[in-house]
Amino acid sequence: MQLLTGNDLKTGAVIWWTGRGWSLHVEDAADVGDQGEAILAAEDGARRVNGGYIITAEDSASGPRPSHIKDRIRALGPTVRPDLTLKPADPAAGDWVI
Amino acid sequence: MADALRFRNDDPIEEPAVSLDAFLDQDGASAVRIEAGDDPRRLIPHLARVKLVEIGIPRFRDGRCFTSARILREAGYEGEIRAEGDVLVDLVAFMRRCGFDSFAPQAGLNRADVDAALSRYANVYQHAADGAVPIWKLRHG
Amino acid sequence: MYKYDQYDQAMVDARVEEFRDQTRRRIAGEMNDDQFKPLRLKNGLYLQLHAYMLRVAIPYGTLNSRQLRKLAEIARKYDRGYGHFTTRQNLQYHWIKLEEAPDILAELATVEMHAIQTSGESIRNISADQYAGAAADEICDPRPWAELLRQATTFHPEFSYLPRKFKIAVISSKEDRAALRWHDCALRIVRNEAGEEGFEVYAGGGMGRTPFIAYKIRDFCPASHIFSYIQAILRVWNLHARRDNIHKQRMKILVHDLGEEEFRRQVEEEFQNFLTLGTDFPQAEYDRIAAYFTPPPFETGLSEDIDRSDSAFALWVDQQVIAHKAPGYAIANISLKPIGGIGGDVTAEQMEVVADLAERYSFDDVRVTHAQNLVLPHVRKADLYAVWQALDEAGLADANLDLVTDVIACPGLDYCTLANARSIPVAQKIQQRFADMDRQLDLGELKIKISGCINACGHHHAGHIGILGVDRKGTENYQLLLGGSGAEDTTQAKITGPGFDEDGVVDAVERAVERYRELRDPGERFLDTYRRVGFDAFKEAIYG
Ligand code: HEM
Ligand code: SF4
Repeated sequence: MQLLTGNDLKTGAVIWWTGRGWSLHVEDAADVGDQGEAILAAEDGARRVNGGYIITAEDSASGPRPSHIKDRIRALGPTVRPDLTLKPADPAAGDWVI
Repeated sequence: MADALRFRNDDPIEEPAVSLDAFLDQDGASAVRIEAGDDPRRLIPHLARVKLVEIGIPRFRDGRCFTSARILREAGYEGEIRAEGDVLVDLVAFMRRCGFDSFAPQAGLNRADVDAALSRYANVYQHAADGAVPIWKLRHG
Repeated sequence: MYKYDQYDQAMVDARVEEFRDQTRRRIAGEMNDDQFKPLRLKNGLYLQLHAYMLRVAIPYGTLNSRQLRKLAEIARKYDRGYGHFTTRQNLQYHWIKLEEAPDILAELATVEMHAIQTSGESIRNISADQYAGAAADEICDPRPWAELLRQATTFHPEFSYLPRKFKIAVISSKEDRAALRWHDCALRIVRNEAGEEGFEVYAGGGMGRTPFIAYKIRDFCPASHIFSYIQAILRVWNLHARRDNIHKQRMKILVHDLGEEEFRRQVEEEFQNFLTLGTDFPQAEYDRIAAYFTPPPFETGLSEDIDRSDSAFALWVDQQVIAHKAPGYAIANISLKPIGGIGGDVTAEQMEVVADLAERYSFDDVRVTHAQNLVLPHVRKADLYAVWQALDEAGLADANLDLVTDVIACPGLDYCTLANARSIPVAQKIQQRFADMDRQLDLGELKIKISGCINACGHHHAGHIGILGVDRKGTENYQLLLGGSGAEDTTQAKITGPGFDEDGVVDAVERAVERYRELRDPGERFLDTYRRVGFDAFKEAIYG
């Protein structure tokens, strides 16, 4: 599947396109099929995203898992600071990244 | 060049600027265009007949124009130096310091924005081509 | 330490307002990111993996306690309670919001700090020997020159949109603690036969994908004309550098393409031109600045004794404390490399502890090193024990300066958009592998440097052992390099062969280290043995 991601213009937070808007959680990300470029152009123009790009991901029971490790680290947070990730309470969260 | 921003009191030069090579090939021209990558020093022996130097700026990040303009001022050139191309308001102050005194940006500039940018910094740390007095001189009188 | 006057303060204050306006225009949509990016980069603001990142300049690596406390306050208020010291005497915050960045710059300005020209294609923060003003081997304090050049190169109208970044370092001793010749322009203060001060000038160094060690372009440039000489270098480069390929625009590439002789000739010609322009700062301005760097009021008649009865303390003294030029004083290095921690990261609380110690025991002076550690430069020997106890309580008393666990590592794929692989976990595994103190001491000086990609922020080219993260079909992979140095015996490390996975590279490091133990002559460091016996003996140990 194809996902759209980027950073929030004002906060810099990593965000994922849900089909209707942006979410901080990759679990909410929607497959954009071949619509990625068009959505990005509109969202960039509306200043809702900065540095947006299209990635591939595999669908899984727990939601989309980006194909590249870089985007999995973006989705969770730094592997060396579990306390600063989106799932600080889940000791196994890092396994999803590697 | 009706919408050009000028910081000079003399009349604008209407003559179209010719390329540096064309200028050096003929004796009649008084307006010349320097592209990024041209050696500005080739013009120095001919400055007496130059009234306008237009410096092309392909991308605002291309900083060669600053050196080109300053070299011409160092050589004593007092005619117009015009910036043509991708001119960003945030760079105008640096350009003025290097000797540019007119601007013909592709995507127009708002005069008020330019004036605000030019008055932002009261002083400068170092000499350039604009005669501004560096801070060290202010400190030591 | 230098103090801003009204002019310096007005400059940074105006900068804050300029950036506030630029940020407003970006958020309001009056500028797109293509236009905004070079402007934010001029203020040290990157977009990184998880947020914006702000790089704050620590000019010539010198801080006072008020500044360090402000850095702590910013970490707490605008970031997530910590900061990261880099290999170029900067501090990076990794969790910054664009909309708050102007406020942070405003806070920095209240303590005479800024992020001006800490990134982008400009003249970067000028780095210096971290022991300036304290080192027993220096000719003079290099920082007045660094400050003079800081001012001279700030908002330089001709050289603010250079082909690429331009990094300057200044030292004044034979021993090089600043990775001098890995800079675009490196200055070493020397005296000529007439006893006059001047600079030995090196040009064209840099790491990145095409590493070059700077060559000596001039034996002696009179101190009073150094700004002219630097401007001449910059102008030759600015006019003639390629502009068609971002990877080939650093000055080192032009030097290589023109040849050292021709580059020197053009610079000399331009230097003569600059000398006629009268742009050099006068002696009076140097004197004004230098007056801020007069030595602190050292006490005399102090005891040289250090009570070594506490063995943990004694170990720390042996490893972290070095000779000071004033009798009775010492230079105390603070390790930011706890075993299994994140090298260079400091919490707000730790910053405050160090600030307190500096105020109380080190004439209000803290230094930042290119090896991502801190220094209290002027500590009475009699106070070392108290300093150590306070550091120990704050988790800052590791005794590993220049040892195998004092690893330099860039943020890598945990934080950096450009990374191929993570650096920090590799550093942590190496530290854990070699954590045993006796083993560390047995191995002696051994500098391991790790970068997460070819940009070489972690100085892997200059590591006795270097590690470079690469992308191998979407998985992290690490190349091993041997034989680099960032000291006065500068050399470029050489890649050993095929890469390894994360655990594999740690094993490979261990095999190289064990080979050194087999081969070394008494008193030899890893690097010495490597240079003596050569690459092949190590390669064979690594690959079998
Ligand atoms: C995380 C954000 C960072 C980014 C995006 C970044 C980007 C870069 C890039 C693109 C280069 C290559 C420049 C060139 O070859 O022209 C570079 C070089 C360098 N960076 Fe970074 N860097 C980052 C963080 C750091 C950190 C944390 C350090 C220190 C630990 C650092 C220190 C350096 C050094 C020393 C160089 C080598 C300079 C040279 O080539 O001479 N950077 N950086
Ligand atoms: S070396 Fe590469 S991965 Fe490491 S900080 Fe620099 S750009 Fe990022």
